[in-house]
Amino acid sequence: MALLSVRDLRTYFVADEGTTRAVDGATFDLYAGKTLGIVGETGCGKSVTARSILRIVERPGRIVSGEILLQRDGGYIDLAKLDPDGREIRRVRGGEIGLVFQEPMTSFSPVHTVGDQVIEAIQLHRRLDKARARARAIELFRMVGISRPEGRLDEYSWQLSGGLRQRAMIAMALAAEPRLLIADEPTTALDVTTQAQILELLRDLQRKTHMAIMLITHDLGVIAEMADDVVVMYLGRVVEHGPVDQIFHAPKHPYTQALLRSIPGIQHEARVKLPTISGSIPHPFARPAGCPFHPRCALVMACAAAPDGVCCDHHEPELITVEEGHSVSCHLYRKKGAAVPLALESAR
Amino acid sequence: MLTYLAQRIGLGILTIWVVSVLSFVIIQLPPGDYVSTYLAQLAEQGSTASAAEAESLRVEYGLDQPVYVQYAKWVFQMVQGNFGMSLDWKRPVADVIGDRLALTMIVTVAAILFTWILALPIGIYSAVRQYSVADYIFTFLGFLGLAVPSFLLALVLMYFGFVVLNANIGGLFSPEYADAPWSLAKAWDLAQHLPIPALVLGLAGTAQLVRIMRANLLDELRKPYVITALAKGLSERRAILKYPVRVALNPFASSIAFLFPQVVSGSIIVSLVLSLPTVGPLLLRALLAQDMFLAGTIVMLIGVLTVIGILVSDLILMWLDPRIRLYGRR
Ligand SMILES: Nc1ncnc2c1ncn2[C@@H]1O[C@H](COP(=O)(O)OP(=O)(O)OP(=O)(O)O)[C@@H](O)[C@H]1O
Ligand SMILES: [Mg+2]
Repeated sequence: MALLSVRDLRTYFVADEGTTRAVDGATFDLYAGKTLGIVGETGCGKSVTARSILRIVERPGRIVSGEILLQRDGGYIDLAKLDPDGREIRRVRGGEIGLVFQEPMTSFSPVHTVGDQVIEAIQLHRRLDKARARARAIELFRMVGISRPEGRLDEYSWQLSGGLRQRAMIAMALAAEPRLLIADEPTTALDVTTQAQILELLRDLQRKTHMAIMLITHDLGVIAEMADDVVVMYLGRVVEHGPVDQIFHAPKHPYTQALLRSIPGIQHEARVKLPTISGSIPHPFARPAGCPFHPRCALVMACAAAPDGVCCDHHEPELITVEEGHSVSCHLYRKKGAAVPLALESAR
Repeated sequence: MLTYLAQRIGLGILTIWVVSVLSFVIIQLPPGDYVSTYLAQLAEQGSTASAAEAESLRVEYGLDQPVYVQYAKWVFQMVQGNFGMSLDWKRPVADVIGDRLALTMIVTVAAILFTWILALPIGIYSAVRQYSVADYIFTFLGFLGLAVPSFLLALVLMYFGFVVLNANIGGLFSPEYADAPWSLAKAWDLAQHLPIPALVLGLAGTAQLVRIMRANLLDELRKPYVITALAKGLSERRAILKYPVRVALNPFASSIAFLFPQVVSGSIIVSLVLSLPTVGPLLLRALLAQDMFLAGTIVMLIGVLTVIGILVSDLILMWLDPRIRLYGRR
């Protein structure tokens, strides 16, 4: 039973200049004790997906449709239906789902001590007086490997090193022992050694608490090291979803294949130009019709060549299960004769 | 932290010295001196004074000596608490100023408090609900507040006071308290008269401060720590008030530095219109009459108070912002 199920989530930013479909039909599941890696190029909607789950998408962003089902007491509650400033979602934020994100420099207020902010997080979800909450904060700091926790509590975030700051951030996210931790590029701003330490810490904490982790990154190396399952996103859509071994050893979607080809491996020859994905991400207002990846796809099928007249620039592919737990959204894997819905975009 | 404070105090003392030189020089700048103005007055009244009489007056007041000697004497006396004689009033400057300086301070502080109390919630609202109808209305009113000269606003308010309330809303005291010694009742009477001058003098500053607060808060609202606060489970209201508003408060403290001189100089004309017993009208008259000791003392004292005001704002900043407290920088 999934801890959190995201079903066909769509989050749009509607402005006068045009609509950005930041998330446009994302579907995936998170399980207790497992790590789901989310990869994709910049701007593909990873962060907006994370914020949608917590219902903290800033204006003018809005969840247009879809479900975010959080398992609770044997049933599910749909986070997408909650009042975004209501008591219920605030119980979920921090209490059941913790968030750690990239900017370690600015994710803490510069004029409040780190301890003040961590203790606040504890007291929001636990009925503890100041002294007990402080003791708990010290315990949390120790748990995430911060030395001298008593002293660190009274320091400001800008007095801490990047690694310590991210550890403090993780401690704050774990204040109420959430069942799910969303880590949005938690190590992007850190040096390689610190990055490895933070990832090790996350793995360690997961073993201890059995929490689910949603790890957002564009670093496939981090994914390979950390994830059990992987979601590959492109322009707000899930293009491929599967176990980490499958994704790395038998990628199905041309986009995933291209992404994997573009990472440097040790076996590669030095000074050989890495293959890059041709073209660039289209402007959010100028979304390609049909499969959003088709203008950059090496295996694109034109209408004439395609079987059953289904072609990439007209018909939007759906997620197709190719193996147990492995699905891909690409016409190449469509079973012959299956009905294909004409995408709305093709009407334009 | 102590270094920062010492640095600030040193800078303040330096500023006061510069102010003293400048105020003295500026007073000397217009052609002629107090005696020539006095002679002109006499001539208007039909009487004349001989050149010898004029010269003896100059010697009496020390006006014949070089400027730097006059300055040195002035400063030397001032340090001893003796501000010299008012040439125009023929009384010690300290007597002429009386409690007008204290009243000026009270009016100024009231205007600044009014500015803060109004600008804080409006600034917060305008930023949090950017581009809402109310935001546009406040923006419009703000530009109006900036564009309307405060003395005009004072006149309009006086007019409405007479026509609608049939009362004189000017002054700082009711007639029965004007010359009475200080008492609780007099202080209460003063408090009741303060809102109108505070409004008139504070409006332009309020408009400025709303713009500053709005812009600052808009910047802060986009910072990741706001998302952190929301992700912890704080309500939007509490998250905004505790974090970005708190960070955006710094300019409020620094606003004393520009509000103070602005309100004091604005109060000169407004005090005339509203007949407020502040130093403003006194300064104007002293400047016209080239009553240099009186004018110089007033400019000097206002300068000192401004420096103290800036020092207070520095202290508030240190208290507000740990980055300044710990490192002496932002
Ligand atoms: N506040 C906003 N207003 C308008 N558009 C937004 C806003 N925030 C995000 N977007 C748009 O949503 C899309 C997805 O953004 P998102 O931040 O989720 O990307 P991402 O996958 O996290 O990228 P990165 O790897 O750079 O973090 C982008 O096209 C972006 O322009
Ligand atoms: Mg992102």
